Amino acid sequence: MTVAIDRATGKRRGDRAPRPGLGRRLKDGYQRHWYAYAMIAPVAVVLGVLVLYPLVYGLYLTLTDANSLNTARTIGVNHIDATYKFIGLDNYKDILFGPTSYDRFWSHFVWTIVWTALCVALHYCIGLGLALLLNQKLRGRTVYRLILILPWAVPTFVTVFGWRFMLADGGIINTALDALHLPSPSWLEDTFWQRFAAIMVNTWCGVPFMMVSLLGGLQSIDSSLYEAAEMDGANAWQRFRFVTLPGLRSVSSTVVLLGIIWTFNQFAVIFLLFGNTAPDAQILVTWAYYLGFGQQPRDFAQSAAYGILLLAILIVFTSFYRRWLNRNEQQLAI
Amino acid sequence: MTTTTVETSAPVTEQRAAPETRRVRRRGENGRLTTLASHGILTVASLIALFPIAWLVFLSLGPDKDDYLHPGGIWHKMTFSNYSFVLQHTGFFDWMKSSLIVSLGTTAIGVMVAATTGYAVSRMRFPGYKKLMWVLLVTQMFPIAVLIVPMYQILSDLQLIDSYLGLILVYCSTAVPYSAWLLKGYFDTIPFEIDEAGRVDGLTPFGTFFRLILPLAKPGLAVAAFYNFITAFGEVAFASTFMLDDSKYTFAVGLQSFVSEHDAQRNLMAATAVLVAIPVSAFFYLVQKNLVTGLTAGGTKG
Repeated sequence: MTVAIDRATGKRRGDRAPRPGLGRRLKDGYQRHWYAYAMIAPVAVVLGVLVLYPLVYGLYLTLTDANSLNTARTIGVNHIDATYKFIGLDNYKDILFGPTSYDRFWSHFVWTIVWTALCVALHYCIGLGLALLLNQKLRGRTVYRLILILPWAVPTFVTVFGWRFMLADGGIINTALDALHLPSPSWLEDTFWQRFAAIMVNTWCGVPFMMVSLLGGLQSIDSSLYEAAEMDGANAWQRFRFVTLPGLRSVSSTVVLLGIIWTFNQFAVIFLLFGNTAPDAQILVTWAYYLGFGQQPRDFAQSAAYGILLLAILIVFTSFYRRWLNRNEQQLAI
Repeated sequence: MTTTTVETSAPVTEQRAAPETRRVRRRGENGRLTTLASHGILTVASLIALFPIAWLVFLSLGPDKDDYLHPGGIWHKMTFSNYSFVLQHTGFFDWMKSSLIVSLGTTAIGVMVAATTGYAVSRMRFPGYKKLMWVLLVTQMFPIAVLIVPMYQILSDLQLIDSYLGLILVYCSTAVPYSAWLLKGYFDTIPFEIDEAGRVDGLTPFGTFFRLILPLAKPGLAVAAFYNFITAFGEVAFASTFMLDDSKYTFAVGLQSFVSEHDAQRNLMAATAVLVAIPVSAFFYLVQKNLVTGLTAGGTKG
């Protein structure tokens, strides 16, 4: 994970003498490392209180049938105690294998995978293309660069509303399509076009980050490599294939992983674009939110169970991704 | 570098090009056609990047809430009335206050808590190091769905729903690990020799950190702070759920409140959106260069 800094401590401590006994090691370890532990204490405490405790509590909730009708709540001056009960793994069983589980979980699961794959692929390809164009000696490329990162600079919740105006029934996009005598789909109502619109908006939002990161990667490739390739008679495609792509590998593996995590967890775009109106275009994250907070009664237990499943998917994916990178002798930057 | 070069063999002939009659292009120069194509593509891309925002600005000048359906009409009745209405008759300044309190609170706590940890994981190896790094990595990829339900329950018990502190605490759950990670990357770029010099001169590890490294790490701290700020500022899910009183809405929630089931005041919404976007994006442009290096620093170093 972090090879770069091993030099720091490796140099300072070096190899140690034969290992002493356990008690001694603990005492030594304490003496040697107590300041390291003192320094990480704040984060450890914060993570324990703000992440670990809610996580464990959430895990417990997924084993119950908690919803907004049976959890503890205060109405006016009356305090009502919680009456939900422990039901074991039934929530998970119901989500994954229960009746209509395809409509409730698997359809959203498939759509989430498609959404993530398509969005990240589009982000990466368009970002790389633009980065390559911007990496040329070109008049006005700073201006282009500044304009092209605009979608990243403006907060997502603002730009998504801009898109909503454009995609609305009588909005500019359909007006333009009409004027060109093309069919004008109802972007915000029809399932397929909802999905199309969601991917389009998210691509628009996500390209600048990829572009800028990859541009940084391109600029760090040694130009003598290109010279050498040209001397060897490589054409443009070969230079791209055998110099540019390998040179970008470490940046790429990092930004692709980040992109996958962010897109998989992307809440704002779909939530703000459709609200609760598009049950079929919800990815798992927004669907879990809908279960927990968008409907009445709020189904806290199932929503939390979706959350845990999502986290499990991400952790499994990330560890495979890292193992795959390691096998190809690459290190992940993060 | 020049993937779109049309005549790719030209640069190769550079050294022995003297006998040839046609003009020889130097390395990195492109043919006219390639340049034209590049400009064409970049212009189209820029227009696509620009248009939704320009459109939002344009619509915000139309005085009527259905003007977005007849954008042509806006040219004749352009006015700033939406802006003055938003500033005078809506909760704009309340929302601004909430947004700033929550974002700045998150930023301050996130950076202060994370700084020493970033240093520790950058410089020291201790038992449990790998586990800590793993935890820091995993907490960053928590989907909001994991924590939102238990957080809602816990904060309700503590009477912290609908309070700034509650929202700040929720945001810190992601801001703190992320800042620690970002700062570690920055501390890694500070030469280790500086620490050694400090230690030789008799500073404790804490002294080294506070007196030598922290002053040097100001740019890194700024990037982490800025990143926390825009993340907290733009967060939608928690803010929409936990803030109930419309005077405590952050911008991300307040903007949604213009569109309800019965009425959509799109003109006011567009004006508010523009008012929010201008300072934030200006700020973003000021620091964007540092932000990009900060986010991918590890990546380019390999």
